[in-house]
Amino acid sequence: MKPANVTPRGFLRLLLPAAVLAIAVGTWEIYVRAAAVPPYILPAPSLILWTMVADWPLLSASLLTTLKTTLLGLILAVVGGVALAVLLSLSRIVEYSLYPFAVVLQVTPVIAIAPLLLIYMPQDAAVLACAWLVAFFPILSNTMLGLHSVDRNLLELFELYGTSPLQTPWTRFRARLRALWILRRPAALPAFLTGLRIAGGLSLIGAVVAEMAAGSAGAGSGLAYRIIESQYRLNIPRLFAALVLLALTGVIVFLLLSAFAHFLLRRWHESALAREA
Amino acid sequence: MTEAVPPLVCLQGVTKVFASGVTALSDLDLDVRPGEFLSLLGPSGCGKSTALRIIAGLAHPTSGSVAWPGAAAQDHRGEIGFVFQEPTLMPWANVADNVWLPLRLRGVSRRDAAGSIADALALVGLEGFAATYPRELSGGMKMRVSIARALSLKPRLLLMDEPFAALDEITRFRLNDDLLRLQGELGCTVVFVTHSIYESAYLSNRIAIMSPRPGRIVAEIEGAARNERGTDFRTSARYAELCRRISRQLEAPIAGASS
Repeated sequence: MKPANVTPRGFLRLLLPAAVLAIAVGTWEIYVRAAAVPPYILPAPSLILWTMVADWPLLSASLLTTLKTTLLGLILAVVGGVALAVLLSLSRIVEYSLYPFAVVLQVTPVIAIAPLLLIYMPQDAAVLACAWLVAFFPILSNTMLGLHSVDRNLLELFELYGTSPLQTPWTRFRARLRALWILRRPAALPAFLTGLRIAGGLSLIGAVVAEMAAGSAGAGSGLAYRIIESQYRLNIPRLFAALVLLALTGVIVFLLLSAFAHFLLRRWHESALAREA
Repeated sequence: MTEAVPPLVCLQGVTKVFASGVTALSDLDLDVRPGEFLSLLGPSGCGKSTALRIIAGLAHPTSGSVAWPGAAAQDHRGEIGFVFQEPTLMPWANVADNVWLPLRLRGVSRRDAAGSIADALALVGLEGFAATYPRELSGGMKMRVSIARALSLKPRLLLMDEPFAALDEITRFRLNDDLLRLQGELGCTVVFVTHSIYESAYLSNRIAIMSPRPGRIVAEIEGAARNERGTDFRTSARYAELCRRISRQLEAPIAGASS
């Protein structure tokens, strides 16, 4: 796999966006200097970088807070989403009674729930709940899709060899559990990982939204709160610095989850195969 | 001699009506004799696969009965190997683990199954591929894995649902020969669903011809005996004559239906 990535094409795919970024940042810097734009309107990239270094103790603490919320929200979403998906796949009755509510929860814009959560929960818990809420649904729906996408013939093989001749509710339930473990679990893995990648980004968005809602109420210390606070104080360079850190966090979360997905699927799944020339 | 040995499976008056109202099989009578290679031949949609699924116990007849006269046990699923039209392998598991599946479902651990897995892979000529993943195999090799999986339980009855229909002719011919060799070595009974006249004539001891919907057996033709099939069987006059007889029988019910 490794040598395939160091082909001229792979190199170009890194070089081109890097060049675009360098040109854009360079143009920005030159424009700000040439037109003498005041930093409270548009700070130069160099100033943003300098602010990031100077304010690092403050910003890194905020970054850590947001990161913690994002990751914890994601982990809880994985636990909850997978558990519920498994439950729903085991029983039609449970699926029919609960799934609509999961959808309602998803289609309601979280920013509208955030103020409510802040009333009923302590600040940290409310922010976490927000991150969890938005990250939860893609995991649930993708995992459910995956659990249902087992080859029908494989399920028939399962029926042929796996079930006991005694058909009691208990043996049927046990057979379903085994099918879940042996067939549905690996079959669901690709779809689950897709959901996980989406959920990683959404969890960060949920954390930011909740922090903003909480921040306007006067408390909090995450990166989104820093952005609001910097805006009130017209400390625009710091606002930009916090924004850059948020963007980097999003990119890193996405890359890590993609690498994780690739690692798990590298042996067998089409999406993880290197294309032969 | 055939009268002395009871049939392995006996379908009597089997009718299958699907929930949609479609009658797939109507009053089907069929005996599967031990050790034979029986082909179910008919146009697509004539209920061949349904008949096979009913023998396997995967579907239940609306009326009629399926009996195993020679056996005391009620549950025959452990004696059956089933091969689908598609290889139906688990893409996330390597060849050995795919072959392990029926044994695993029967509660055999991977370590205890190692011998059976190796035997089954050797039977289909895939000794060196235990650790390979399905995506790295050709269509014919995937089908070999699928057959190895069906053989891993050493079934008395091998049910095959158009297993080679999706393969190219060269691969199909080779697998046909391998299948005959396997049956000779294992002595198992094979029920083989196909819509190919030539395949059924080449492989079978007996060919049951089915009419289109609703499916019924309209004729049975004795195929070639095992010792008749030499290397030149495909080009022999006996083979050509069999093909001719089969296709005439196949045309008969269609002509009858259209007149």
